[in-house]
Amino acid sequence: MIESILVEGLIYGIMVLGVFISFRVLDFPDLTVDGSFPLGAALMVQCLLTGMNGWLALLIAFAGGVAAGVVTAVIHNQLRVPNLLAGILTMTMLYSVNIRIMGDRANVPILKHETLLTQVTEKLTGIIPDDYILLVFFLLVALTVKVLLDIFFRTDLGMTLGAMGNNEQMVISQGVNPKTLKTIGVGLSNGLVAISGAFAAQYLGFADVGLGQGIIVSGLASVMIGEFLVLKSNRIGVLTFCALAGSVCFYAVMYVGRYYGYMIHMTPSDLNLIKGILIIILLVMTKFKKFKKVAFKSVVAK
Amino acid sequence: MIELKNVSIVFNQGTVNENQALSNIDLKVKEGDFITIIGSNGAGKSTLFNTIAGTILPSDGTILVNDKVVTRDPEYKRAKYIGRIFQNPTLGTASNMSLEDNMMITYKKGFKWLKRSLNARMREFFRGELVQLRMGLEHRMKENLVMFSGGQRQALTLLMMVLSKPALILLDEHTAALDPKNAEIVLELTDKFIKESRLTSMMITHNMSHAIEFGNRLLMMDKGEIIFDIEGDAKKALTVEKLIEKFHELRHKSFENDRTLLSDD
Repeated sequence: MIESILVEGLIYGIMVLGVFISFRVLDFPDLTVDGSFPLGAALMVQCLLTGMNGWLALLIAFAGGVAAGVVTAVIHNQLRVPNLLAGILTMTMLYSVNIRIMGDRANVPILKHETLLTQVTEKLTGIIPDDYILLVFFLLVALTVKVLLDIFFRTDLGMTLGAMGNNEQMVISQGVNPKTLKTIGVGLSNGLVAISGAFAAQYLGFADVGLGQGIIVSGLASVMIGEFLVLKSNRIGVLTFCALAGSVCFYAVMYVGRYYGYMIHMTPSDLNLIKGILIIILLVMTKFKKFKKVAFKSVVAK
Repeated sequence: MIELKNVSIVFNQGTVNENQALSNIDLKVKEGDFITIIGSNGAGKSTLFNTIAGTILPSDGTILVNDKVVTRDPEYKRAKYIGRIFQNPTLGTASNMSLEDNMMITYKKGFKWLKRSLNARMREFFRGELVQLRMGLEHRMKENLVMFSGGQRQALTLLMMVLSKPALILLDEHTAALDPKNAEIVLELTDKFIKESRLTSMMITHNMSHAIEFGNRLLMMDKGEIIFDIEGDAKKALTVEKLIEKFHELRHKSFENDRTLLSDD
């Protein structure tokens, strides 16, 4: 049980890193995620079914996600549509696109087909205990993504992206077009979300058009849990770690809710309500935490 | 260097709220000029800066930089050679990033690529430059700017702007939001940097004695026009009283009103 909780947390953790980039680094609340997650799943599954190499399929899923993000950014930049609405537009359009990609079906199973996961399992059988193969694999994948992001955000371009989320005027004053930066950032964010969707589809054994429903809420809740658990820091490595840790915690809670919720007469459909309430509680608690700090400071000052 | 030809700005053109913010401005800024600009609220000082910087595009007229037309260039393109400091100290820096990251971002103008420029040598260089501010910031390079005071941030913005070597700097009442002591420090630093690096600069101020004390040229604005332009020795001979008299002479307004309009504090 513990390994499947961790695996789930790590798969969705890649999506949480994407949400972290758009919501926290860029300060661009991007709802495209609900569409780019199943987009990644659909692309991955369809590519695998044609017999394509798994890693190439993953690359295509990533590219698809980037394209979805770029569409949102272009709608926002060129038509001056508020970012929330631009994301909703793309997300809505992606619903149709995803069904088309899956060959006019809402669900495509891939259970008996070779996937990246079956390949990895095959290779590692005997080296690592069977139960932990996927855990080790996803731990490696999630950490690789995290480390690559950490490096990226220490480059000049990455730092400028961070500055834009802080202060758009500063970026303009540096002679950089903020529209270009937003396109890059939102594209990267959705690329990661699509990768997460691609892995989720292989793990679950199917791609489904409804896979992304409410995923943005889960992502945001995970980011907030991560921020709540770990101390505030300005080091990108700590922040991305928080996002991953938050994801693991959040999906652990959801897992428990799904499998043991019946004991308190909870049904799986109640989970969305729980997610929403969880976010509200976190918001309240963060406010309280800040308040406490301020109160503490003023006492010290006296 | 920079030249405005017959530039006009009209807000809400064709509506009842039509507002002529700048009317037929002709201005030639020469290389090495340090121009101070005074005028009452709504005189068009900030609009003039916004027009030069490209935040707003003129309704009419031409803007030339080194004889090249830039009238329609967006703000971010012009920012490659124009440095600007705003009244709000938080506008020039990123609050949730460390001091050294901020300096790295502003060190070079233009689009940034996937290079990692912040290394030990850069840090050493930044530390050396920070010493000039004499605020002890060189020991706080890893701290987020949200921890710094307005005066420190404004001084830092000034230093970062000077390091990026702009051809023209625009100072939009950049000391107005600071307490008197910090305002004094930042103003002194401004004068020092401008003199040392021989920067072409324009400074808006509400303080008439500052306008007279600093720079080699003075512009007085009212109702979207430059009504008085004086430089060199003639400017040196100016006093606050003479300036108010001049305003009275030019605009035929009552003296009592002028004091409040030009607010010499």
